[in-house]
Amino acid sequence: MASVVLSRRNLLVAGGSILAAGTSGLLLPARADGLAPTETMSGGANNYRKGAAIVERIGKGGFWMSGTVRRAGDGAPLAGQRIQIWAHTTEGQEHEPQSHGATLTDKDGKFRLDMPQIIPIFGQPHGHLAYDSGEFKTVFLRPVMRSAKETSLEAHFVLQAA
Amino acid sequence: MEKKGRRSARAPLIWVALALAIGVPIALAAGSEQLAWRGPVYILAGFAGIIALGLVLVQPLLIGGYLPGLSAYRGRRAHQWIGGALALAMVIHVAGLWITSPPDMIDALTYTSPTPFSPFGVTAMWAIFIVALLAPLRRRLGLRLRTWRIVHIPLAIVIVAGSVAHCLLIEGTMETISKAALCAAVLAATVKVMADLWRRRTLRGETAARQ
Repeated sequence: MASVVLSRRNLLVAGGSILAAGTSGLLLPARADGLAPTETMSGGANNYRKGAAIVERIGKGGFWMSGTVRRAGDGAPLAGQRIQIWAHTTEGQEHEPQSHGATLTDKDGKFRLDMPQIIPIFGQPHGHLAYDSGEFKTVFLRPVMRSAKETSLEAHFVLQAA
Repeated sequence: MEKKGRRSARAPLIWVALALAIGVPIALAAGSEQLAWRGPVYILAGFAGIIALGLVLVQPLLIGGYLPGLSAYRGRRAHQWIGGALALAMVIHVAGLWITSPPDMIDALTYTSPTPFSPFGVTAMWAIFIVALLAPLRRRLGLRLRTWRIVHIPLAIVIVAGSVAHCLLIEGTMETISKAALCAAVLAATVKVMADLWRRRTLRGETAARQ
């Protein structure tokens, strides 16, 4: 079990570093053009599960995860993008399938998913989000709540072509 | 007579204060609503960490001879045993967190965690392991007490500073005020024992110079 997780993690880390090394040369001109792409946050991919289903809401809901998805450079909103969301909530731990779900952005590039209340895990109340559909480069985010009492959290994606 | 009466009242008071400083944070953490959403392994790992912080308070008090009713010899022996218990608590803490979320624990151990408190905790853990491994070997390595102190005191400072920073930055089951009070007590006890050691050393130096 541990070795499977380890190898997957290593793959992600290796993939991330190749991604970072490969794009570092391209980043500067992209920045000069305008909006820089969002980089994967450290720990963002922890307890990731591939292919979570698109759902109306995760579990019983009560907590809002929202954000935007835009294109690097010109900042154009990206509609119909699949964003995967998971967290340790009142209804399950991070790695459990019922803690995972996905949603699509609307025509303005906005997404919003009702999910159970996030609670502190590993010392910080935080959520996880992933863009992993392939058209753009994969990005994992790990936003932290200012307080465990908050009932919403935001995360914003700026994606660059894969 | 009056002085003796004050002293006899002081001894139990010190023990009561110590029991409260460690017991109250543990009791409040045991009543935390967070526990409802945690599995038993995660809960065990968390409490191993809280108990370890309590043991970090006991250590300077024992070696400084501040706990009434304990001879210097028994205080030192207790310090050694509790040092071992501290290392064991670390193993339970890390193993439990690893089982709860392997990728998060790997991030912490490799100093790549997004959480600001992890590097403090991991550094303190290594310092605890080094002391716990070296202490039983001190005599076999032929280290004199003075040499041993040169090794142990910096590591003790790393353990205390690392543990306090680690736990203060964590948002978890511990109640904020009792946690801060326990951390303040740990810092105060450490500063006191270091200051006493320094004073004793200076005094010895002066006596030696006069002779």
